[in-house]
Amino acid sequence: MPLLDIQGLKTHFKTDDGWLHAVDGVDIAIEKGETVCVVGESGCGKSVTAKTVMKLIDMPPGKIVAGRVLWKGRDLVPLGPEEMQKIRAKEIAIVFQEPMTSLNPVFTVGDQISESVRLHEGLSKKAALERAIEMLKLVNIPTPDKRVNDYPHQFSGGMRQRVMIAIALACSPQLLIADEPTTALDVTIQAQILELMQDLKERLGMAVMLITHAMGVVAEVAQRVVVMYAGQVVEEAPVEALFARPRHPYTQGLIRSIPRIDTAATAAGHRQRLEAIPGTVPKLVAPKAGCRFAARCRFAQPSCTTADPPLREISPGHKVACFLAESTS
Amino acid sequence: MSAAPLLKVDKLVKHFPVKGGLLKREVGRVQAVDGVSFELAKGETLGVVGESGCGKSTTGRCILRLIEPTSGEVTFEGKSVTGAGKEELRALARDMQIIFQDPYASLNPRMTVSAIIGEALTIHKLTKTKAEYDARIVELLETVGLSADHMRRYPHEFSGGQRQRIGIARALAVNPKLIICDEAVSALDVSIQAQVINLLEDLQAQFGLTYMFIAHDLSVVEHISDRVAVMYLGRIVEIASAADLYTAPRHPYTEALLSAVPIPDPQVKRKRIMLQGDVPSPLNPPTGCHFHTRCSIAQKGLCDVQRPELKVVAGSGNGHQVACHLRS
Repeated sequence: MPLLDIQGLKTHFKTDDGWLHAVDGVDIAIEKGETVCVVGESGCGKSVTAKTVMKLIDMPPGKIVAGRVLWKGRDLVPLGPEEMQKIRAKEIAIVFQEPMTSLNPVFTVGDQISESVRLHEGLSKKAALERAIEMLKLVNIPTPDKRVNDYPHQFSGGMRQRVMIAIALACSPQLLIADEPTTALDVTIQAQILELMQDLKERLGMAVMLITHAMGVVAEVAQRVVVMYAGQVVEEAPVEALFARPRHPYTQGLIRSIPRIDTAATAAGHRQRLEAIPGTVPKLVAPKAGCRFAARCRFAQPSCTTADPPLREISPGHKVACFLAESTS
Repeated sequence: MSAAPLLKVDKLVKHFPVKGGLLKREVGRVQAVDGVSFELAKGETLGVVGESGCGKSTTGRCILRLIEPTSGEVTFEGKSVTGAGKEELRALARDMQIIFQDPYASLNPRMTVSAIIGEALTIHKLTKTKAEYDARIVELLETVGLSADHMRRYPHEFSGGQRQRIGIARALAVNPKLIICDEAVSALDVSIQAQVINLLEDLQAQFGLTYMFIAHDLSVVEHISDRVAVMYLGRIVEIASAADLYTAPRHPYTEALLSAVPIPDPQVKRKRIMLQGDVPSPLNPPTGCHFHTRCSIAQKGLCDVQRPELKVVAGSGNGHQVACHLRS
């Protein structure tokens, strides 16, 4: 049984123009101790999927229309706020993109780290503070016994993200959801944070669901990759298979549209033209039938726009939602 | 470079005063740009990379005098930009344009696309009649891959990528020679980013444009640039052809920066040079070489005392310059 098993999840939002199908039938399973990257562009539903798992969606305007979120076999969708509170932070923790806005500016970082351990583990104030120092040490913040009394504004962006990770890990969760944790950071700081996450994952044996738009980050940390487009999963594969032989035309486009610094063209000094994906992401209010990528796909056939392509296993562990996957890759 | 450069920047400095206390006296200075010099030849693309706060955007803005530089000299086609009066500056603005990062904030939401793109046409009196004006707007829209029926619409009706195309059309309206692209594709999704990068390359070929391409994404910069300058805490630490810089970096900071870029290929496993700590504050930068506090090869008594100047690497032949006491 997977640790987390998202089945047929649909999260829609009520807007002035009608219901927005932000997440529209998503299946993602994460095994114990596994790192799964969910990759896709703005508005593909990757963050909404993560927030639905944590039940952090404002309802209304949001609504879980269908599907189940099985956490160790138990469905989280019908749970009320109090029961969710017991799972959040203690069993599943989340780290967000914005290290500048997701910390409370009026409390010390020590207070913010100890809040959840006091709540979930009933530790005394003193013991909780000691845990906070221990956590800051774990995420490599120098002089943790002093920094524990500092406020968020006294930390740099990279340091704040370390504090966020310390908060998330304080109760030793079995799953860490990281929603674009390094997007706002500079590359050298991103490298530090990714290395820290890898190291902690190995030491603590937790599973990681990393949400990102950066293929470079995916290649670096993922074991398995889920590619999302317009609210749906279009491809899922072990990381080596996905990069060696992407099967969905969207994944192919995504990989080819990024410039790389390690290719032969760099050494030779001449430029190759980037393969851009034409057009833009479709509107998710009342989406049309058929494959959502068809309008931008260079292989699309008339039949692609009549029926939804199901996510099917094309080789062991490699799933793709494309009618033409056999002929296009 | 044999021909006279299109743009010459000499010892450009921008310090922002920090005021504090009861009397709002100056209590410090943010040394955003600290003696930057480089040349830009006609038709080339110079990439400028560096992390947040390294002064790359401030440099771009000082060149256009959107921010007044503290000192230093900027020369465009032999004419002084830093010494130009109001009228001369307006004339120079026709030759030098800028495209900003945020396609959501850099277009006035109350103006139609036609008015946004055509503002400079009116200011510089480039079209005489309404018909001529409209024809020019349509031509510009089509150049950037939009269509004539977009001209009566407002910015909110467009996606991020389309807005960036509008920003590009606005910059092109006055037939500039130099365009400073300040993180022009950074806010875009990768598939859209590729479209805009290709467009910028096409326009360069079509109009013989010169670009100063400021960005933090090293892969994008490598792709689009002929030469690349690396900045750290207000100074250029290395400048070279893109091929040389990316395959044979000399400065320890450039090496670390390049090794931190994630490669989109799980088969590639590289040795990473992990920099310790964060970039020091530009309010109180380290003495000597700004990088010495995080540098693995820094020598006491040299790197922490003496500022290294940009010097041509011996035997490089094509102007590979580095500012390092130990690697030049």
